[in-house]
Amino acid sequence: MGYRFELTRSKWLKALLKSRVFQPALMLVTLFFFVVAILAGFFGTPAGSHNFGIIFVWIVWWALLIIVLVPFFGRMWCTICPIPGPGEWLQRRGIIQRTPGRPRSLRWRWPRRLRNIWLQNFGFLAVAIFSTVILTRPGVTAWLLLGMMLLGVTLSIFYENRVFCRYVCPVGGFIGLYSLTSSTELRVKDVQVCREHTTKDCVIGTEHSYGCPWMVFPGNLERNTYCGLCTECLKACPKDNVALNLRPFGTDLLVAKGRSLDEAYKALIMLACALLYSGVLLGPWGWVKDWANMATLPQWAAYAAGFLAINLLVVPGLFWLTTAVARRVGQIQLPVKRLFIDYAYSLVPMGLIGWIAFSFSFVFVNGSYAVSVLSDPFGWGWDLLGTRSVPWTPLLPGLVAALQVALLLVGLVFSSIIAYRIARQHTRTDVQAWHSTLPVSAFLAGVTLVFMRLYLG
Amino acid sequence: MKRDRLLSLAPFVGLALVILLIPLPLTVKPVTHVVTMTADQFAFDPPVLRVNYGDRVRLTLQATDVVHGFYLDGYGIETRVEPGISQQIEFVADQIGKYRFRCSVSCGTLHPFMIGELVVNPNLTFARAVGLTAVILAGTLFYLRRFPPREPREHTTA
Repeated sequence: MGYRFELTRSKWLKALLKSRVFQPALMLVTLFFFVVAILAGFFGTPAGSHNFGIIFVWIVWWALLIIVLVPFFGRMWCTICPIPGPGEWLQRRGIIQRTPGRPRSLRWRWPRRLRNIWLQNFGFLAVAIFSTVILTRPGVTAWLLLGMMLLGVTLSIFYENRVFCRYVCPVGGFIGLYSLTSSTELRVKDVQVCREHTTKDCVIGTEHSYGCPWMVFPGNLERNTYCGLCTECLKACPKDNVALNLRPFGTDLLVAKGRSLDEAYKALIMLACALLYSGVLLGPWGWVKDWANMATLPQWAAYAAGFLAINLLVVPGLFWLTTAVARRVGQIQLPVKRLFIDYAYSLVPMGLIGWIAFSFSFVFVNGSYAVSVLSDPFGWGWDLLGTRSVPWTPLLPGLVAALQVALLLVGLVFSSIIAYRIARQHTRTDVQAWHSTLPVSAFLAGVTLVFMRLYLG
Repeated sequence: MKRDRLLSLAPFVGLALVILLIPLPLTVKPVTHVVTMTADQFAFDPPVLRVNYGDRVRLTLQATDVVHGFYLDGYGIETRVEPGISQQIEFVADQIGKYRFRCSVSCGTLHPFMIGELVVNPNLTFARAVGLTAVILAGTLFYLRRFPPREPREHTTA
């Protein structure tokens, strides 16, 4: 279990989280910025570096998400994300107070075959192959944001609860996986209390709260992946049995229950994408950027085919081989597929840290655009805060590489330790576990060196 | 016990410090590189400049389509280059490692990713990073081998 510190012991925090105003108020704030981003995309300047939609979505929001929220607060972005807001409010026929009766929808059943994150994996890849275009063109970003919101609303008409967040949202997929590493969790204090409590208010809802919109029973919650931190269960529980805890990083990575191939692939896809983006976007090769930027359709098709092949075949294939060797040297009796799935969770810290390292490269260098864009979000010549003329000023460009090396080394150590502890779940002796860890550590070291080659070599 | 654990890592820490701090001689004789570089949406040509420590770099920058900029990370050199008017930059490569140069004038959609590289050899920064990776991984594996976690094997399936 490890160390836990219950944050909700603080009366003011608990009162805040139990308040029905808390979540909608934050969602309304983010919805305002979301709408500004969409409007800036459609009606603002096409120059990305002077457009609120590009700078605040792909630099400010992205940095906040991947560097702060996910590692420290898990799915906290999902608490305040505006995308599912309109759909959810439509279902509930209200924004703040609990409206009587069951949320309205056509109550279709989400197909059993899609009750996993495969859709999110393919959705992420679909966005990723267009990412060079999306990241640099305000209009395309606006269409993407609007499209996601419309999809959320549409799904909320047909399906109850947050089907969009749980099974479709391409961002939610990786936030869920990476929240396994985070230092915050929402859990029940005593599982036995939940077992004996027959009314299950957290699932069904009460007069003042809704049943879990993420379709999770908090009493069974052992991992952060599918808990959207909406805090409805905290509001509903009459036994005061739900808590928000601080805990050691990576705790959930050792929970064997719930590991699956879709999540394993998500770990591999995210790792491969971090490497590919580091090469394509931050590398010196103009022709790759041209291909990714859809200079011609055949070139983009070749780029997309290569991108998908690396994500779906090459990196998973190399990791499969690594796992097969690990199985052999560790004398593990499990099928390779099972071990492939389990060991993939050791890639989660490396992947998250790889994304943070990648993000440092452009957040530090291009973050200063945010200051001028705040004053002139549409690029129309406004000067709302008097900061429009603040020049582009790269922040610590000479220090970024050192920070990246330090981060990658932390990721290597963290992931190797997780790999060893996963190995111990499948071996009889510590020596077998150690032997089995060696190939996985070699794979992780290889990934680290590729990152370093791209950043420093 | 805790002290033993920490002490067992001392050789690795020592080795890491040696890799990180040891001064290595930079004895290559400096030369002057005269380079004409074009900036074109959204790449520099040549995309990578490889020089040795102490070399002088005389760069003539030309923009072939729209106005571009040139900003060299770590060196703080910045200039603006307009089509038809070349700009001269001269500097001594007195910092080893890889430094990105990038367009500093908004030049179109891919402007933030219009990036090139200056590699000043010997690239000890990269070599040290590789060395550190090896030592830190070895230290981690050594530690895990010598001090396995005490937690019970909850999910043993073997």
